[in-house]
Amino acid sequence: MTAVRNGLLHVVRPGALTTVQDAGRPGWAHLGVGRSGALDAPAARLANRLAGNAPGAALLETTVTGCAVRPDRPVVAVVGGAGCRVTVDGRPVAWGAPVRVPAGAVLDVGPALHGVRGYLAFAGGLEPDPVLGSRSADLLSGIGPAPLSEGDTLPLGEPAGRPPAYGPTAPWPGAPAELVLPLHPGPRDTWFTPAALHTLTTAAYRVSPHSNRIGLRTEGPALERAREGELPSEGMVLGAIQVPPDGLPVVFLNDHPTTGGYPVVGVVPETALAKAAQAVPGTPVRFVRA
Amino acid sequence: MLPAGPHALLVELADGERAEAFHAELLRRRERGALPGVREIVPGARTVLLDGIEDGTGREGRVPAGRGRARDRLACDLLSWPIPPLRREEQDAVEIPVVYDGPDLEEVAALWGVRADEVPGLHSRTAFRVAFCGFAPGFGYLTGLPERLYVPRRATPRTRVPAGALALAGPYTGVYPRPSPGGWQLIGRMVDPAVLWDPRREPAALLGPGTRVRFVVPEPVPPPRTEPRR
Repeated sequence: MTAVRNGLLHVVRPGALTTVQDAGRPGWAHLGVGRSGALDAPAARLANRLAGNAPGAALLETTVTGCAVRPDRPVVAVVGGAGCRVTVDGRPVAWGAPVRVPAGAVLDVGPALHGVRGYLAFAGGLEPDPVLGSRSADLLSGIGPAPLSEGDTLPLGEPAGRPPAYGPTAPWPGAPAELVLPLHPGPRDTWFTPAALHTLTTAAYRVSPHSNRIGLRTEGPALERAREGELPSEGMVLGAIQVPPDGLPVVFLNDHPTTGGYPVVGVVPETALAKAAQAVPGTPVRFVRA
Repeated sequence: MLPAGPHALLVELADGERAEAFHAELLRRRERGALPGVREIVPGARTVLLDGIEDGTGREGRVPAGRGRARDRLACDLLSWPIPPLRREEQDAVEIPVVYDGPDLEEVAALWGVRADEVPGLHSRTAFRVAFCGFAPGFGYLTGLPERLYVPRRATPRTRVPAGALALAGPYTGVYPRPSPGGWQLIGRMVDPAVLWDPRREPAALLGPGTRVRFVVPEPVPPPRTEPRR
């Protein structure tokens, strides 16, 4: 059982998809468990730092429509990531900086004005029971805390000694107007025609509205295969650009399957994926050789 | 030896058997501390993925110039390794009690060219081994069936396969750890699917890579004695 002596966070409005995330669950891919964790990792780390938390403390990740929560004790919170309006009991408060939320007050994170994923860090972090060393929700394998529902409660952690970073706000990266994704060819680029590889690195793609925590799906010209047939299942890395039979590249994000049977034409380095997490549907995408 | 981004290598072997032997060798070397820092070792059907290969000594500020250098050094090293063949009897087999009553039993029997009541014997006499995991936590791809018993996936996948379903597809046998969609042929069910995956247990997965597996049909429980023992 999780101790609740540090108070609880009540979910008033869960939003479209709000999950608990931390630095993720690496090291279990051989058992079919993905790494999970905050999709915009730099934004999550910054929110935690401003809240006085360790960089990997558990926080909330919202998707497009924000969420609203009510702590049962006074807590310092930081709302960052996707830009949005933030209110406490209806009164506007700062976005991207520590704010005091009194006990019983509703912290409302409005719909994203730019970007996709918001991060709500609370001084002391959130402490639902960890699974395999992490409190992250993994939507593909269904482990970790379930996505938030109205009426849920989450245990708050004990604030660390570090005070929240009041004062001038830190610079937050914005949502990209154009998503430029560097790619390292392989491991299965030879499964595609030279024309397809040229198309991938020159054509205009867009972020598909079917993107999620598993993958950034794209719309654009289909990539032609040089060899047909099925690829025997093999391990997949974060950032892998997998090409399913429809020929449209999917960039694997944190909840991606650990093994897969469609060829991977290239890999986007992890450091470039935070921007992908904030690219709204319709954002132009360009793949460029790393 | 295929690069998979700056910090990962996909090592492709000639066949599944060699991939398992290579994976076993990687684990032996890691156990001895004779493998550089690698976050994930993920076996596949004919491959082993080494992901999160650490650059430098692992100390901050000691990363050598040039990304992927550790990856490339490791790639060169791997080429020189002698890989001993798999030893089949390294560990005891995990026994999994199953009931052979799946909805595709007749169809599988027809594909095998046998009667439905011969399927349990043929299947349960096979010595299986977990070649790799994936699809869902705790789902193992078990190899061991002879090639003449390979069956294709169903033409139309089921939208919901119950937890514990014992299933076949191609060279693989698997048991679904939780309800999910699935296109494999269902020949039976595991008596207690809850033991397949329990993240609070060590190890969390009953069927991790390399595990030997036998399916057993439990003996029928003798009927209770009508008179209490004195």
